[in-house]
Amino acid sequence: MTAVAAGKKTGFDYNAMAVLVICIAGAVWALLAAAIGADAAMRTHAWLILAGFLAGIAILTGVYSNGGIDVDKREYNESIVRYGVIASMFWAIVGMLVGVIIASQLAWPTVFQFEAFPELNFGRLRPVHTSGVIFAFGGNVLIATSFYVVQRTSRVRLAGGVWPWFVFWGYQFFIVVAATGYLLGITQSKEYAEPEWYADIWLTLVWVAYLLVFLVTLARRKEPHIYVANWFYLAFIVTIALLHLINNLAMPADWFGSRSYSAFAGVQDAMTQWWYGHNAVGFFLTAGFLGIMYYFIPKRAERPVFSYRLSIVHFWALIFIYIWAGPHHLHYTALPEWTQTLGMTFSIMLLMPSWGGMINGLMTLSGAWDKLRTDPVIRMLVVSVAFYGMATFEGPVMGIRAVNSLSHYTDWTIGHVHSGALGWVGFISFGAIYCLVPWLWKRKSMFSRALIEWHFWLATLGILLYITSMWVSGIMQGLMWRAYNELGFLEYSFIETVEAMQPYYIIRAAGGLLYLAGALLMAWNVYKTIRGDVADVEEVAAQQTLQKPAE
Amino acid sequence: MAKKPNPIWNWHKRVMEKNSLLLTVGIIGVVSIGGLVEITPLFYLDETIEEVEGVRPYSPLALMGRDIYIREGCYACHSQMIRPLRDEVERYGHFSLAAESMYDRPFQWGSKRTGPDLARVGGKYSDEWHRDHMRDPRSVGPGSIMPPYAMLERTPLELDVIPGRMRALQRLGVPYTDEMIEVAIDDVRTQVDPFASGYDAFLARYPGAPVRNFDGNERVITELDAMIAYLQVLGTMVDFSTYEADADANLR
Repeated sequence: MTAVAAGKKTGFDYNAMAVLVICIAGAVWALLAAAIGADAAMRTHAWLILAGFLAGIAILTGVYSNGGIDVDKREYNESIVRYGVIASMFWAIVGMLVGVIIASQLAWPTVFQFEAFPELNFGRLRPVHTSGVIFAFGGNVLIATSFYVVQRTSRVRLAGGVWPWFVFWGYQFFIVVAATGYLLGITQSKEYAEPEWYADIWLTLVWVAYLLVFLVTLARRKEPHIYVANWFYLAFIVTIALLHLINNLAMPADWFGSRSYSAFAGVQDAMTQWWYGHNAVGFFLTAGFLGIMYYFIPKRAERPVFSYRLSIVHFWALIFIYIWAGPHHLHYTALPEWTQTLGMTFSIMLLMPSWGGMINGLMTLSGAWDKLRTDPVIRMLVVSVAFYGMATFEGPVMGIRAVNSLSHYTDWTIGHVHSGALGWVGFISFGAIYCLVPWLWKRKSMFSRALIEWHFWLATLGILLYITSMWVSGIMQGLMWRAYNELGFLEYSFIETVEAMQPYYIIRAAGGLLYLAGALLMAWNVYKTIRGDVADVEEVAAQQTLQKPAE
Repeated sequence: MAKKPNPIWNWHKRVMEKNSLLLTVGIIGVVSIGGLVEITPLFYLDETIEEVEGVRPYSPLALMGRDIYIREGCYACHSQMIRPLRDEVERYGHFSLAAESMYDRPFQWGSKRTGPDLARVGGKYSDEWHRDHMRDPRSVGPGSIMPPYAMLERTPLELDVIPGRMRALQRLGVPYTDEMIEVAIDDVRTQVDPFASGYDAFLARYPGAPVRNFDGNERVITELDAMIAYLQVLGTMVDFSTYEADADANLR
């Protein structure tokens, strides 16, 4: 991170050189992999990777022939947040659309299965959906908001010159490489850690750059204290780095091949994977989004955070306890029982710090509850925290071994994940974006408040359809699997329990479709706002004027 | 705020919240504990994996089948982990042992049963059934919602990648010998041809491996050969007539 003098542009510096070297090295590797790759999938995938690196080199050349990156220290770097908001919106639509498609594949298998296109089978599309919504949509929201929040709460421009841009574009590239890999059948099969070794190495690079940009910005802050939102962002970035590095340790079969084998086997691999998987929820989908909550709810409600001490206690308790809860994904498996018991114990304890966060978020509304009625964005943020509370109550319940014996392997798990994902993560992200778009593009308000209302109600209805249908189908299937007839034989064959699922799979697909429809309305609303077609001016706009001097 | 501030709050406010590096170090320390306590013992406690006879590395053909299983994302809908619950043991067979997946990198226990568990599917159905099922799942189970995998029988198996893959597994500790890797491609040919000259040597290397033409196509070794060879060996390695669940070493 070279310090830049008062100039407005960097010129071609060491940082640009480093990024250029990374891109050239990547392009050379991709070219070799395309030519001499060990397997057909690698040789295909390498062309796309090569194109990505060449595009990177082209962008770099273009930017630096114009004098380099803007680094005016008197201004915040809002440009990168604007990119992040648009990327979030784009990936939200992609990820949710794929979700609706795979839900339809389960509901109407003969209609939505394409024999001629094995790339579009459920098994290959499913990680496109999960990575698409978690890492592409959620990840972009986290990167964008963290870059916004850390600048505002530190009162300093984002550090690093070209590096934040490397993080942004590098992350988009990672997503494209990962998702196209799944379509080609390139996967490690570890849930939420499917990308193969070369994509993992790339993400490691991007993530280290992200951590450094964030930390250096924090270190240069002009505020004496590090604001609570940044504790959560920092815990998210650091822990995800740790989880990603360890869970993805693997031996490539060929340095120019797409296949690798995990450094761990069987029971140890299972434990490592769910240590990762559960904490991808804990640190990506929880800690990171709590960072959003701690900035956007107080800001939007114009109220201080409810309790400073509660935020300290629940922060440290949350990150300490979350890490232990992984084994509840492996109840009654061949994982030793002592590990399962530890996992269950900590899963139950996890309720306390989770609800500590919920209470701190909800009670921040004290004295401003009337805004729930008038401001749909506040309503979205608050309902999000309510879903957070609900999902973090359901989670400990499902973490109990006896409950888990019924819920495990069924749709109940899917429903649980989605009440957290659609309710908590989705709504807090939408709320944050609805705040950010007028702030970033200097508009009085969003284009249409009515559309926000529509979005809210469509999405809420969608979530309700989704989680209730999955409760019914999950619990029903779990009970059917263990049902005995009066002669002491199993009552149902497996296929009968599959056939019984269809109505609920249809309801689930409908719920997902409503949620997607809400997101489409939002995308339109965001587009119109950015274009400047702002129609109505109301409270949302009045709040805007308070925005500037307070910084 | 309070009259006499507790030193912890004070320390947090004056030290922790003012030092981004200390905060980072604190976070790393706090999040490391759980993983260290839960994961590291699994690598050195002997009773983590039961003592059983018969578990061996996959034959090269089954290994390739397993890679196709992973490629197609089968784990998204099929578990390979039978829990010690009455209905599961009656439906699928003996509950799964940790030893049975000790060479699985990564493990395939799964997390969802949109389709049935496959931990002991080996030997349960004929090769013909599997062929029909892969071609069109609804031809053998009308209510099935599984996608068709007809392309497997049309796609020749990539043979030249096998030695490299076995070498990587060997480096990680899977007991493949150099000889096994050297003759791996021949072993693939042997496993689909019961009249091949290497039959006995192959079975010495991979005891109990099924040897036959799995996809019914004698001209070419396809991905369907590999897939069925993998499915047919799942859960068949341990001889449960000699397994003592109550032995001290196996009580966990």
